[in-house]
Amino acid sequence: MTARTPKLMPAALALAGALTLGTAHAYTLEEFTFEDPSQTTEFRDLIGELRCLVCQNESLAGSQASVAQDLRNEVYRMMQEGKTRDEVVDFLVARYGDFVLYEPPIKPSTYFLWFGPFIFFALGGFLLMRAIQRKKAEPEQDLSDAERARLQQLLADTNKKD
Amino acid sequence: MPLKDGRFLKKIIGHMNKSATRALIPLGIFLALAALLFYGLQLDPRKIPSPLVDKPAPDFTLESLKDPSQTLTKDVLLGKVSLVNVWASWCPSCRQEHGELMRIARRNPSIQVVGFNWKDTRPEALQMLTQFGDPYAVSIYDPNNHSGIDWGVYGAPETFIVDAEGIIRHKHVGPIDAQVWEQEIRPIVEQYQAKKS
Repeated sequence: MTARTPKLMPAALALAGALTLGTAHAYTLEEFTFEDPSQTTEFRDLIGELRCLVCQNESLAGSQASVAQDLRNEVYRMMQEGKTRDEVVDFLVARYGDFVLYEPPIKPSTYFLWFGPFIFFALGGFLLMRAIQRKKAEPEQDLSDAERARLQQLLADTNKKD
Repeated sequence: MPLKDGRFLKKIIGHMNKSATRALIPLGIFLALAALLFYGLQLDPRKIPSPLVDKPAPDFTLESLKDPSQTLTKDVLLGKVSLVNVWASWCPSCRQEHGELMRIARRNPSIQVVGFNWKDTRPEALQMLTQFGDPYAVSIYDPNNHSGIDWGVYGAPETFIVDAEGIIRHKHVGPIDAQVWEQEIRPIVEQYQAKKS
């Protein structure tokens, strides 16, 4: 075991190195400092909710793309100037469209997107209720006397054969 | 074969009673949904519609690429229908569309082709124009993405059609080739050129 330790050392160092590198992009956010710590939180929340247009599955906070860096700088600059969160969002939406928002706004063209699931849920519930009601309304079909007699006859015949 | 299948289906449906036909409704819904999603797959998620279409082009004050002492503003876009082409020397698709831009500029002297050099360096940009030709009547230089953000640029190449009054009429994302020019850009350009006269 002790003989193996020297071999493990470089591997451990490499792993430590890789983990440090992995956090490198989070470190780039450190350059955005505000005097008020609550503003730092607000800044990070905001860029976490804005979408990078180049790599569309990433937020502005997480993206390494050069355009994302430019937009982070722009959001930072606007917040330093004392612009409110809504002003920053409006600025970006006016230029890039609703696409920069991870959460689409509620407006006529997105009604179906927002309310569609509830409509389908209600429709499904309605159809289910109707099906249950209909099942209940149907009378239990019982055998008539003649059919019952015939059933007895058939059973008796089968027993005789055995 | 499809005819045969069609007849076969009709025959089956004909033999079914009402409740069995009703059982086919979920299949119909499934097929409709599948068709809708399949259509969605054909769309390119990189093509994001610009909110700037039909709005005045954003103001800018930038250096000319060829002459640092010259300042260019939105005024260069007035009076003529312009194609504002966002490009950079580091962008392979820009080189791909370069030949088509050269052709467009040569054959259509009535259109002002404007180069919007974006996030690039002046020597590299100028070198590309020397090497492959310069299709641009005016070249705007925006190395730090100052105005690119105002124009909603998120990649290169992108091309805006700006009418003679300085209003953005169309945005094309991605390289221009002969087909894009003929089918997408040219009709809009001609529509606004006709309007002007």
